[in-house]
Amino acid sequence: MAVSNKAEKIDIMRSQLGRVRGLGSAKSGAHHWKVERVTAIALVPLTVWFVISVLTHLGADQPAIAAWAGSPLNAALLLALIVMTFHHMQLGLQVVWEDYIHVIRRREAAILATKGACLLLGLVAAVAVLKLAVLAH
Amino acid sequence: MNDIRKAQMVGKNTDAVLVQRPLSPHLGIYRWAPTMLASILNRATGIALSAGALLLVWWLVAAATGPDAFNQVQNFARSPIGLLMLLGWTASLFYHLFGGLRHLAWDMGHGFAKPSLNPMTFVVLGLTFIATLLVWLAAYIRIES
Repeated sequence: MAVSNKAEKIDIMRSQLGRVRGLGSAKSGAHHWKVERVTAIALVPLTVWFVISVLTHLGADQPAIAAWAGSPLNAALLLALIVMTFHHMQLGLQVVWEDYIHVIRRREAAILATKGACLLLGLVAAVAVLKLAVLAH
Repeated sequence: MNDIRKAQMVGKNTDAVLVQRPLSPHLGIYRWAPTMLASILNRATGIALSAGALLLVWWLVAAATGPDAFNQVQNFARSPIGLLMLLGWTASLFYHLFGGLRHLAWDMGHGFAKPSLNPMTFVVLGLTFIATLLVWLAAYIRIES
């Protein structure tokens, strides 16, 4: 293609609607962006709490950790951490795939696989916490 | 024009004439700037933390399974590879935390003042280093005592 400062004038048989279709939402375009931020804000205190909790339980054995994770407050905070982490993670990874995978079919497959894996991993972690919460004395 | 991708690169200029939209140059053409490093590191640490999330799941599942499974995780965490992964995980976590807070400030339109824009990147890197060091120091003191 010739390089020039003036944009090349072209003739096109395509409606304005046809040109924008499939390129993004007209009504909920900011939703993904917004939820990514909302989950990020939630993760700030949750992460700080988690790091401090891990530090204060270093070297603890399984019964001690199970008792800690099983208490109602800690279990609820752990569940919140799991939900926010995996939700934020799949939103973030989706943007990475959207930026770097240019073949639509492969991109969509990667996004679907990521969302499925995040959902399953989050569910597994949540069931583990729920088990500890139910079994806690 | 028979390629749909070409049709999608069509826009209108100020005279309402259809023109081929210009493509922005590739990353490789820009001189490295601290803000660029800050943004790229935020994404890189986000990807690293995604891998680290697997450790969190493993740890929780092991705690819910029993002492044997839990000891396996503890032994892995204490191995050289485990410690290295945990160190990377801690540093990534703190960078993503501080860098993420900076991104939230950017989203609200703050933090773009020229004198502080580039130095703030090194403040975030410094905070990451200090927080990581403090956590590992606290961990070392707890394990030793």
